[in-house]
Amino acid sequence: MAEALSFDTGTDTDTGTDTRSAPRPAGRHGADPVIDLHGAGKTYRTGTLEYEALRGIDLQIHEGEYVAIMGPSGSGKSTLMNIIGCLDTLTAGEYHLSGDDVSELDEVELAQIRNRRIGFVFQQFNLLASLPAWRNVELPLMYGRVPMHERKQRAIEALERVGLGDRLANRPGELSGGQQQRVAVARALVGEPSLILADEPTGNLDSTSTTDVLGLFDELHAQGRTLVLITHELEVAQRARRIVWVRDGRIHTDEVNGR
Amino acid sequence: MSWTETLRTGLSAVRAHGLRSTLTVLGILIGIAAVILTVGLGLGTQKDVSAQISALGSNLLIVTPGSSTDTSGMRGGFGSSATLTRADAAALTSEVTAPDVAAVAAEKTSSLSVETSSTNWTTSVVGTSAAWTDVRGRELASGAFFTADDDAAGAAVVVLGSQTATELFGTTDAVGQVVTIEDLTFTVVGVLTEEGADAASDLDDLAVIPLSTMADQVVGGTDRNSVSTIYLQAESTDQLSAANQEAETLLLNLHSISSVDDADFSINSQDSLVSTATAVYRTLTVLLTGIAGLSLLVGGIGVMNIMLVSVTERTREIGLRKALGAPPWAIRRQFLVEATVLGLAGGVLGAGLGIVAARVLPDLLDTSIVVSGVAVAGSIAIAMAIGLVFGVYPATRAARLAPIDALRSE
Ligand SMILES: Nc1ncnc2c1ncn2[C@@H]1O[C@H](COP(=O)(O)OP(=O)(O)O)[C@@H](O)[C@H]1O
Ligand SMILES: [Mg+2]
Repeated sequence: MAEALSFDTGTDTDTGTDTRSAPRPAGRHGADPVIDLHGAGKTYRTGTLEYEALRGIDLQIHEGEYVAIMGPSGSGKSTLMNIIGCLDTLTAGEYHLSGDDVSELDEVELAQIRNRRIGFVFQQFNLLASLPAWRNVELPLMYGRVPMHERKQRAIEALERVGLGDRLANRPGELSGGQQQRVAVARALVGEPSLILADEPTGNLDSTSTTDVLGLFDELHAQGRTLVLITHELEVAQRARRIVWVRDGRIHTDEVNGR
Repeated sequence: MSWTETLRTGLSAVRAHGLRSTLTVLGILIGIAAVILTVGLGLGTQKDVSAQISALGSNLLIVTPGSSTDTSGMRGGFGSSATLTRADAAALTSEVTAPDVAAVAAEKTSSLSVETSSTNWTTSVVGTSAAWTDVRGRELASGAFFTADDDAAGAAVVVLGSQTATELFGTTDAVGQVVTIEDLTFTVVGVLTEEGADAASDLDDLAVIPLSTMADQVVGGTDRNSVSTIYLQAESTDQLSAANQEAETLLLNLHSISSVDDADFSINSQDSLVSTATAVYRTLTVLLTGIAGLSLLVGGIGVMNIMLVSVTERTREIGLRKALGAPPWAIRRQFLVEATVLGLAGGVLGAGLGIVAARVLPDLLDTSIVVSGVAVAGSIAIAMAIGLVFGVYPATRAARLAPIDALRSE
């Protein structure tokens, strides 16, 4: 299975490192971190109401790490992932992604970063119901200006990689939850991003599908990709090499997962 | 994302909501069909009018009673003073004072009942001179036109239009039969050839009798000497303006009027009649097209409405596309293309409906509708532009959505 996952990469190595290199051990090391949050705060304002969802987060994640973010519901996990994924901006503190200060980037540059460097997997799958599986997978390539003939080929390869080579033309409504999430994983990895962000990817899946999806993540990690996985299930978090506990918008603990 | 893909995405979005899109397209469709039909009707009427005017004859000047300084320029017939007389017509035939006028035919027209022993038919009875066939460019299908001698003698002879002959005598040959007009018995000496479908029907529905007979025996009374129109024919187009000048001078003299501005008659060439009539219809067409255009505006608002609904419904999709790396311009383009597709569909279908209606309606309404390629292409382009313009606001709203707010919406 690991063989099937040996990507034909060489593209989008924005971090300047070779994504095919062997996984690095988790933990602190000399190189600059991919994700560098310093005193990160996020305050939501709804009318006159204010809610401080993140209250001074300091977090560094390095190339090739597999990190699980855990915490009770409402603790700020999704908020943190949206910040890391450049979908939302901080109201306090700093966030550097591969050395770039995200607060200084405009909308088009942020869109480009999301497109080239980040792959998202959501709890709700977020597939477009009107498009067949391969067209869903193709979307990031479309916005990445990859030529049309190359796109279909790559989308098919990505679907084969997640074991859905026989479901290319099916629309999401014709697939099971587990299959839909695998399509979403294929979409996240088709652009060969160095960073994969997953927000409760197994939250809506049965145990078999959960095992499938987590198996895919293990393979991505084995390939040297940086993975950030949000979950509130300890069993799921155990797959990661490092577990960060968030509580009330603050980092509670941050430890290497011994397993 | 290439243009073809944006177009494909737009088309599939339009198709995904079939009924809704159809209703929106209908708004544009009706507007476009209305514009094509009003423009076509305007052009058709102009064409009909110029055809009628050229059917009067060739190289003609038309002298009518009434002032030419009157801005309407079309005054005449009832209500205008009977200032033209048989004497005016007779003077215009003079080789000396009006050498460029080749032929003269005065007409004295009245709508009267023509009777046979078994039936009767009301038609316009025209009293005129023997030169009428030359001046008006008419020919006879059977028999012969009355002669100058008939006119001089006040003979009771009549030449019937083809339709009038059919109404009175059916398929039997009318020549040699007798008809009664105002208790006077006339012998039918000829039947005119049909003018064809293009021309106004009254060219084929008339009864022509000698002017003297009309004046003295049919009409009589104080009105006997007036005529309704005098047709003057020049030898060629080159002589038209000279003939016009001569006729004007002569008539001013005869009427003892010193200034052209005070003239109690007007002389028009066929060209000037055509341009006067065309100007009137053009104004009318512009006005009606403007009203039809308003319905396009309403259609455009429909497009905007449906696009706003579409943006709201697909907020999550927009959020997802943005999360996957769609820049704002790509989202804007997607919705603009969708709105343009709606407009274009309305334009093409509306043009189709307009063209079909332009084929069917003339048979029912008895008017011509001219559908020009320019009008069709123009209205399709306008429909597209309407979709585009009314799509700008919804598309911009979609492009401005913050990715995370869009993703989070339910
Ligand atoms: N857009 C928002 N506006 C206001 N409050 C928000 C918004 N998004 C999240 N929150 C609040 O911020 C807190 C953290 O939310 P979230 O990051 O989604 O938590 P988690 O994913 O850990 O369950 C919650 O209390 C939530 O109600
Ligand atoms: Mg959450």
